[in-house]
Amino acid sequence: MNPDVLEYTELVREERLPHIWCPGCGNGIVLQAVLRAVAKCGLDPNKVAVVSGIGCSSRAALYVDFDTLHTTHGRAIAFATGLKLAKPELTVLVLTGDGDCAAIGGNHLIHAARRNIDLTVVVFNNSVYGMTSGQHSPTTAPGSTATTAPYGSIEPTFDLCRLAEAAGATYVARSTTYHATQMASLIERAIKNKGFSLVDCISACPTYYGRRNREMFGGSGDAVAMMKWQKDHAVSVSAARQMSPEELKDKFVIGELVNRPAPDFSTLYQDMLEAVGSSR
Amino acid sequence: MSTGALLTAKERSVDPVVISHVRCKACGICIAFCPKECLAADEHGKAYLAAPERCTRCGLCEVRCPDFAVRVESRDRHAVRS
Amino acid sequence: MPSEVRFLQGNEACAEGAIAAGVRFYAGYPITPSSEIAEEMAAKLPKVGGVFIQMEDEIGSIAACIGASLAGVKAMTATSGPGFSLMQENIGYACMAEVPCVVVNVMRGGPSTGLPTLPAQGDVMQARWGTHGDHPAIAVCPWSVEEMFTLTIRAVNLSEKYRTPVVLLSDEVVAHMREKVRIPTPEEIEIWERPRPTCPPEQYRPYEPDPVTDVPPMADFGDGYRYNVTGLVHDETGFATISPAKTSALVERLVRKVEKARCDIVQVDTRHMEKARLAVFAYGCAARAALRAVRDARAMGVPVGLFRPITLWPFPEAEVRALASDVDAIIVAEMNLGQMVMEVERVVAGRCAVVSVAECTGELVKPQHILQSILQGTGSRPVTFVRKAS
Repeated sequence: MNPDVLEYTELVREERLPHIWCPGCGNGIVLQAVLRAVAKCGLDPNKVAVVSGIGCSSRAALYVDFDTLHTTHGRAIAFATGLKLAKPELTVLVLTGDGDCAAIGGNHLIHAARRNIDLTVVVFNNSVYGMTSGQHSPTTAPGSTATTAPYGSIEPTFDLCRLAEAAGATYVARSTTYHATQMASLIERAIKNKGFSLVDCISACPTYYGRRNREMFGGSGDAVAMMKWQKDHAVSVSAARQMSPEELKDKFVIGELVNRPAPDFSTLYQDMLEAVGSSR
Repeated sequence: MSTGALLTAKERSVDPVVISHVRCKACGICIAFCPKECLAADEHGKAYLAAPERCTRCGLCEVRCPDFAVRVESRDRHAVRS
Repeated sequence: MPSEVRFLQGNEACAEGAIAAGVRFYAGYPITPSSEIAEEMAAKLPKVGGVFIQMEDEIGSIAACIGASLAGVKAMTATSGPGFSLMQENIGYACMAEVPCVVVNVMRGGPSTGLPTLPAQGDVMQARWGTHGDHPAIAVCPWSVEEMFTLTIRAVNLSEKYRTPVVLLSDEVVAHMREKVRIPTPEEIEIWERPRPTCPPEQYRPYEPDPVTDVPPMADFGDGYRYNVTGLVHDETGFATISPAKTSALVERLVRKVEKARCDIVQVDTRHMEKARLAVFAYGCAARAALRAVRDARAMGVPVGLFRPITLWPFPEAEVRALASDVDAIIVAEMNLGQMVMEVERVVAGRCAVVSVAECTGELVKPQHILQSILQGTGSRPVTFVRKAS
């Protein structure tokens, strides 16, 4: 390891700790994975910018020692687009949640993916609106309950990775807080992709989602049970290939799902400027 | 990953896992998922290294800690900080 | 490079002004009657190395502008009523986070989809209060193609100096008409820049205001300051707080930094006010009709003048108060059902009569209609008389 490379612990705004997340909330694990990835990439912290929306996920931006932009609900990706295009030398990370990026923010997500804007979107996916005390989100499992689905959700969910892929993302991956080491490695690769990257980070909200759906999580719905659920339901890409649709029914796939580099928006824009006869 | 046998005496004298009592929120994740069952809960439910002799410094407790409360003193870390 | 005289459409002049003011980022969404601004910027910005992007909606457009501005690049977007409504949340964000940007709203008939291709002035109060909470507002209102150029520059400059979004409140008539514009040389154009920190990063307190201006210095993202920007109520460190004292300190300062700079911000234009007993208060395209009416009335010997606010917000209180002491009546002619007249009444506070000439037809208000009101004000019968559309 290069002694000049920062350790992830040096990228934390230590004076802002302890963070606001509940005991056992998975979000701190995702955040650590993000910082490990940034440290591993050897990025200059002065040239990293973090943009977040609104929600427990988005509070993550407050704890990291970069230029941080805590925006409006669902709009982080649009703010990040402006920031990145205006100053392409910045590495721009978006820390968002399942509600923030796939409900209210869905339109900005799909268009940034389509345009292949060079952003790394880390979704803190805990299948619930935690900050507002436990309403259901576009990734809340059907049959499970939430404060706005008291009789059990009847809505199918988004597969955020397939959504991003279909929209045009050039790097898509998924991991869980149980698989935290893998998560950091995938985020590192996502950052290194020069284009739109999305990492679906399965987190856990024991306080609302776990507590309301105890039977789903070993009868307790606590942090340990929710993490065990992740271990039991995640299958690797290679394992999934060997499994029948029946066997995959209640599983989800983790690992690198899409890796198809393509020129990012800023590169194409620069090419266009040169053709027009100017430059940035 | 290094094991106890590969550490120097100086390295062995440093606690392999240091847990901040202030930061730990007693979630129990590190305790439940330690492969060698080295960690236990104190009277506040907060984690501490109960069996340092079994610790392999795998680092899983640190990566899965939501609160930046756990630090594993690995060989790699010592090499970086010398 | 000498100055040149060009024959431009209002929207074209706005785009020219933006480029002249140093705008190098445009994110927008097409909407009649503002789309030409986006088209012009799409053509012009690449030639000066700027960034143009057509976003997926107006909300994304204003968001991207704010992001770009935080990177240190002057940014602008343009829209009309429906898009202006969509942008309100993020306009409030720019107010709260103190991010310079310009939002052009080319007003059209409303409410809702309204009259996409026809003029109105119904968004005036929205430009002040469209976004929730207590916040400052600066809005300027051009009445000519030349002002579409000069006021766009002024809007950019004001947003930089006061670190707040500025609305250029135009309308379909001014935006689409074509007039002669003298384009000044770059040396003639005054450009203002946001205050930037001079201290090193470790001493930077991002929302600690200058003691005189109440405007904090703004670091560019990527320059090593590594600070936090949020829409939550925050203290001088930029981090969120719910302290009552810090809350009032912040919100009051946001409003105060604009309020106390009225002398610098507010501009009015008066014509034919010599010994006037009446004044017509009008802005934007309606002021063009009002000027015609005032001149016709003067030709008939009626002592009436035109008072035209160029700055709609902050409302020109001192100037209107002074006017109210000089005239018997102020006729407020506007293409809405009476929005600015409420401010005039409030400020006049009974010092003189206030008459509202308010209509919402989709047509440019006719000079004869305003003339009729002027003449009624003097008790004379009108010489020519056209009934307003019912």
